Amino acid sequence: MLSPGFADPALDAQRCFRAVLEATSRPGRVQRLAEGVLEPPAPLGLAAAAVLLSLTDADTPVWLDAEAAPAADWLRFHAGCPLVAAPGDAAFVMACGAMPPLDGLNAGTEEAPHESATLLVQVAALDRGVTLRLSGPGIAREHRLRVAGLPPDFGLRWARNGAGFPRGVDLVLCAGAALAALPRTVRITEGDG
Amino acid sequence: MTIAAGYNFGYLDEATKRMIRRAILKAVAIPGHQVPFGSREMPLPYGWGTGGIQVTASVIGPDDVLKVIDQGADDTTNAVSIRRFFAKVAGVATTGRTAEATLIQTRHRIPETPLREGQILVYQVPMPEPLFRLEPRVAETQRMHALADYGLMHVKLYEDIARYGHVAISYNYPVMVNRRYLMAPSPIPAFDNPKMDRMPALQLFGAGREKRIYAVPPHTEVRSLDFEDHPFVPIRADAACSLCGSRDTYLDEIVTDDRGGRRFICSDTDWCASRREEGR
Repeated sequence: MLSPGFADPALDAQRCFRAVLEATSRPGRVQRLAEGVLEPPAPLGLAAAAVLLSLTDADTPVWLDAEAAPAADWLRFHAGCPLVAAPGDAAFVMACGAMPPLDGLNAGTEEAPHESATLLVQVAALDRGVTLRLSGPGIAREHRLRVAGLPPDFGLRWARNGAGFPRGVDLVLCAGAALAALPRTVRITEGDG
Repeated sequence: MTIAAGYNFGYLDEATKRMIRRAILKAVAIPGHQVPFGSREMPLPYGWGTGGIQVTASVIGPDDVLKVIDQGADDTTNAVSIRRFFAKVAGVATTGRTAEATLIQTRHRIPETPLREGQILVYQVPMPEPLFRLEPRVAETQRMHALADYGLMHVKLYEDIARYGHVAISYNYPVMVNRRYLMAPSPIPAFDNPKMDRMPALQLFGAGREKRIYAVPPHTEVRSLDFEDHPFVPIRADAACSLCGSRDTYLDEIVTDDRGGRRFICSDTDWCASRREEGR
């Protein structure tokens, strides 16, 4: 049995989008969606399911990693998005397991960097774990974000993603009902410093 | 919240909103880069703010308080009709007060009251391409943006200085966003350009006819193009507002007779009215 989507498709999607917009314009600030706006299909958490439902449709190919695959039927039914076999072909990439290599995703072109993929990674938590110190557009001086569940060499991979600017992948981290975004312009230093 | 019967919340259908929302998110992720979008036919003609309205319609929620200004004024036709439109199709509260608004749609001005975190400023943009008077081919300008090749614009500024002694651009003065993309700030007066720099509010730009959306995230560097020996100078009429006496705001000139009589008043009606209330 599939669980239902948003109770109010217009207003719930708007609230979720505003949370993602706020997260993208102030990278590292954790946004929290209201519990109960939908019943997320396992293994997706509330934030990951709500973001996918708010932003994907027939125009956006989606790739799910093996861990996220049980949510495929739910997503196909409610969002109507095509599911693709290769992460490089997707506009939205959903990873519930290990973070896929960033250089395997669509980074857009120099002339059309907006055609790049958005990567959603469901992490263990956004209030504990390693501390990322963020700077860049959207951040007055520095934001600190704690993330549990990113790969140990994340800083290096992220730096490589940013080096190709304006090409690059944008990242949304989801944990339960919480989400934080790291657009490609964000610079990261790790540690409490 | 009551919205007019027969309309979806915010007028646009959900698929259109999703498409515009995806464009907005990519625009914020690449500050100053123009993202194409499928601009829809709106119930008012191009040139009346269709781009701004589509951005506002995709962002607005029932808890927002909307302010709409046209050249700084809350009470002109364009501002009044857009405000009424959203009161009708989204049931939102509207205001004239800059400080009370969460969402401000603007045509050609930035309010004098400094904007804060949590506010979103939506610009109506007639021509998103800053290079279009210098290079009419879209394919060429896209390549120039890709290469960050903005020599043409520097030459234009240089020629102005050689010919007139100063840069002869008083509105839509080109800016560099986050040291990467050349951006048209929409036809705001050059006087307003410094307000864009590191603004705590999110700035979104919508061009309906040209089908482009772009953005400046909060706290992002926005620098008006200039030269070391000819620094950018924001200009305003050298006068005081004849209503509130302000000497540091942008002024509109009003011709009062056929014999050269004129007076100046604040372009920002909310600012001017608040100052007069405080002074009373």
